[in-house]
Parts: sequence; C-alpha cells; structure tokens
Amino acid sequence: MADLSALPGGKSPWQSAARFGLYALLLIFAAYYILPLIVVLSTSLKDLDEIRNGTLLSLPAEINFDAWGYAWNEACIGVSCTGLKPYFWNSVAMTIPAVLISTILGALTGYSLTKFKFKGANLIFAMILFGCFIPFQVVLLPMAQSLGYLRIANTVPGLVLVHIVYGLPFTVLFFRNYYVNIPDDLIKAATIDGAGFFMIFWRIMLPLSPPIIVVTIIWQFTQIWNDFLFGASFTTGGGQPVTVALNNLVNTTTGVKRYNVDMAAALITAAPTLVVYVLAGRYFVRGLTAGSVKG
Amino acid sequence: MMSLMTQKSIPAKKPLSDWFRRNVAKLVVAPTFGLIIFFVYGFIAWTGYVSFTKSKMLPTYSFEGFYQYIRLWKMTPWNVAMENLLVFGSLFILIAIVLGCLLAIALDQKVRAEGVLRTVYLYPMAISFIITGTAWKWILNPGLGIQNLVQSWGWESFSFDWLINSEMAIYTLVIAAVWQSSGFVMALFLAALRGVDSEIIKAAYLDGASLSRIYLVIILPTLRPVFLSCFFILTHMAVKSFDLVVALTGGGPGYSTIMPANFMYEMTFRRNQIGLGAASAMMMLATVMAIVIPYLYSELREKKNG
Repeated sequence: MADLSALPGGKSPWQSAARFGLYALLLIFAAYYILPLIVVLSTSLKDLDEIRNGTLLSLPAEINFDAWGYAWNEACIGVSCTGLKPYFWNSVAMTIPAVLISTILGALTGYSLTKFKFKGANLIFAMILFGCFIPFQVVLLPMAQSLGYLRIANTVPGLVLVHIVYGLPFTVLFFRNYYVNIPDDLIKAATIDGAGFFMIFWRIMLPLSPPIIVVTIIWQFTQIWNDFLFGASFTTGGGQPVTVALNNLVNTTTGVKRYNVDMAAALITAAPTLVVYVLAGRYFVRGLTAGSVKG
Repeated sequence: MMSLMTQKSIPAKKPLSDWFRRNVAKLVVAPTFGLIIFFVYGFIAWTGYVSFTKSKMLPTYSFEGFYQYIRLWKMTPWNVAMENLLVFGSLFILIAIVLGCLLAIALDQKVRAEGVLRTVYLYPMAISFIITGTAWKWILNPGLGIQNLVQSWGWESFSFDWLINSEMAIYTLVIAAVWQSSGFVMALFLAALRGVDSEIIKAAYLDGASLSRIYLVIILPTLRPVFLSCFFILTHMAVKSFDLVVALTGGGPGYSTIMPANFMYEMTFRRNQIGLGAASAMMMLATVMAIVIPYLYSELREKKNG
C-alpha cells in the first residue's frame, strides 16, 4: 500500500476520524480473536465455586494451577482416570517420526522430480498432488481394515504410517515447488565434477533448503498434532492421541462437571502448536500460504 | 535431462551400478509414488467398490448397483447433513472472505503495532478444531457463558441459547469456524495487497480518486486470484468439517447440526453400515472434485496464458 499521507490533501479532521474508526475496527476484531483465549485461560485458573458465581470475563481471584495438575494427572478419559499425560506422549511419539519421515521423503521426491527429471515425472507429480485434495473419508474404511491386517491397529506406529502417507502429497508439493526454482546449472556443474545423485542432494540441495524444511516441518507438525479424524477412527482407549483424549475428557460425564479442568486440558493440548506459532510465526504463515499455492 | 546424458558418457565399469546410477531418481520416487498409488488411488477404488455392495459390518463383494446411494438419499439425516453443509458452508465462506479481506485492507493502512495485530488475528489457525470447539462450547453455553455474562450486566431477559437450540445451533459452528479461519484469509489477502503496485495507486490518488474508489475499482479486481484461492480452500475445509462439529455441538441437538463427514463416521464406525458409509464418502469426494477440478483447470489455463 502506498503511503498516501505524504501526498497532498492529508491530515484533515475528517481523516483523523477515519483513522480513529480504523483503529476501532482493528481493536474490536482483535478482541474477537483474543477473548476466547483469555476466557479459557482465566477459567482454567479458577476454582469451581468462582466459576459458578462469576461470569466469563471475571478474572480469577488468585492464580490456581490445580485444574492444570488435575487435567494432566487425574482427569478421567472414559473409564480410565490417568489425566491427559499418557495421551500427550502418544501424540509426541506419533508426531515426531511422522513429521521427520514425511519431510525426508518429500525432499527426496521433490528433488528427483525437478532435478533428475525422467519421462513421466510431471504426471507422477500431478498424481501425488491429487492426494492433497481428497476428503479423507474416502480412505478411512480401507485404512482401518489395512491397519488391522498389518496388526498395527490402535498403535502409535499405525498412526505414524497414516500420517506419513497422507502428509506426503503436501511435503512433495512444498519441496517440488521450492526446488523447481533452483537453477539446473548448479546440478549440471556438480555432475560434470563427478558428483552423484545423493552427493548433489547432500552437498548442494540440502544447504539451500533450510527455509522450505522449516516451513514443511511446521506445516506437518501442526497438521499431525491437530489431527482428530484419524485418531478417532483408528484408535481407542490407551492408544488415542491427545486431541481425541481431550474430546473424551470434555464429554466424560461422571461426577461433577469441572469446567476449569476442561479448559486446562484444552490449553495443554493447544500448547505445542501455539508455542511453535509464537516462536516461528513467520514460517507458519509462509507454510499456510505455500500450502495454498498451486503446483 | 542434461545430468543423465553426461552420466551416460562415463564408461560403465559394472553394469549393475551403472543401471542404478541411471535410474536412481526413479528408484527414489518409487516408494512415495507406490504409497500414494496404494493408499490414495487403491483405497478410493476400494471404497468406491464397497459403495456398490450391501456391506454391513464386514465388506462383501457382490455388486448391487446403486442400492446404497438410493438408500442414502432417502435418509433424513443425510439430507439434513447436506443442507447443513450448504448453510454452514456458504455462510462460513462468505463471512470469512469478507472479514479476512476487510481486516487485510485495514491492516494495510500503515497502522501501528501491525505485527502484534497480525499475530492475534492468525493464532487460532495454529490450534486444532477440537480445541476451538471446546473453547466455544464453554463460551456459548447458556448457563455460565455469554448469556450469563450479559444478564450479569443487568439485561436480565437477555437470551443467547443457540448452542442448545436446534434451529440456531448450526450458526454457532459458523461463529467458531470463522474465528478459526478468517485470520488465515487475512494473511493471504495481506500478502497479495503488499504485491499491488503502489505507483498505480499514487497516480489514481493524484487524479482525484477517493480511497474507497481506488480499492473498489483498482485494487480488489487485481485480487481475483486470492478470492478464488480462498474460496477453494474454505470450501475444502467446509466439506471436511468433522472435528468442530464433534467438539462444539456433537451434531446436536438431535442430529440438527451433523455434517456429511459426521454421518459417514457414524455409519462406518458406530452403526456397522459400511456400504452406506462408503457411499456417503464417495458423495463427499464428488462434492470436493466438483470444486477442485474447475479450480485446477482455471489455474493451469492461467499459467499457460500468462
């Protein structure tokens, strides 16, 4: 946007009013986005009496992390009262290998499809890309059967496999679109110097790749951590990832409804992706836009 | 291409390693491509086939034609789900695009603390729909949520019970989904606005065009590709919405807020009607493809022309 204030006709009282309206609009919407987080956080720090007697926006009289401890260690998820802890670690154990493997495969495939183009490479890319567009409902049923057949139903390795497979179209898309803009001359020169396929990848492509690696890892991390559909479809009981456990915790209706525990559990579940967002927001935005950019 | 040719000129010492060197790219692509062929194309074919059978708890393979599809479209819950998708989808897409575009334009006026505001607008995108649903379920619950808050301000008769009102519950999904996604739309528009040539805007301004006119006549038309991208991405999200419904309304009251994805899940995993579940999944695929194919077509055509 051009800086119009430097142009003639600026700074009339009417313009100051417009400026005020602009900030009012921006702040009202900032409130719309931020208030739910504040409400959830403050609810998680109150005790139940305070919640019943106060309102959404009343702040906790004293900061009290009991609900957090309860959500982590003791809350009941279905019939087992273990808190979110084991499910959180399920999610960690599922997310890390799935992110790493899908990123590595995506990088190698994107590299092969752009720098060592063979006949049909574009068709193969288009066929892989199609995987970005399917609603996962069309694969749920055969996937459930296959996981059972492979004897990895309701296990972390089973979910890792699922997330690798359905993350691949995105990681291939990211790396392919990034590598296609790296000059072929670099590869040509290295080949003449006698470097092979993997040597070129290791010595030339990887050192050029950190930005796209970060984008891909962040994208895959948030997608896989936040997944609910696969977790709900392929796991039960102790094998659930944390998003599924959170939903079960909130909907477990034995005893008193502890709203503060629900909110603490929601924040625990949200914490890893929120931390990544705060630390690497720039790359996060770039990942979102890259995910939307067409092949 | 070049690299392969130069490699060929190196004298082959061992035939096997030479073959490997010539085909290494294909060998590296093979596992990924194989996984996609099996887990995407193979699975879609399998689901497609099962949708033409009378499979209940276990898959059976005798072909029964369109039996499940006819059954599907006669079921009230499925029709409710499709209507919900239409209502939810159109409101969600429209509001998210208008709001995202408006916020992007507002943020692009050289405002103070732009970075902070952008962060605040966008952070909901980082969290799961399950968390969004849980948070909004708490905020919207009539007993202790917004209704209680406004009543405590002295407006005793204030009522805001959409969450438990089967006529209105669908709109709570819109509120929460817009909250989660409009920041993302904003980010896309903002990126595009930053790319608009500022010289044209200056020239129009010096010619006496008002700011609103500059936006309507000059800037917005150049953002057409962004509108299209957003439309496509949000449609895709709407068709796939599943978790938000589970966490916020549970599909209720009754089945007034179920979506096709929830119907599919219910039939497949809870009611042992996998033939019906497969048919509903294929209908969802068809819905997405009806949007994706024209979109990809227009993208590719634009690329060729430009």
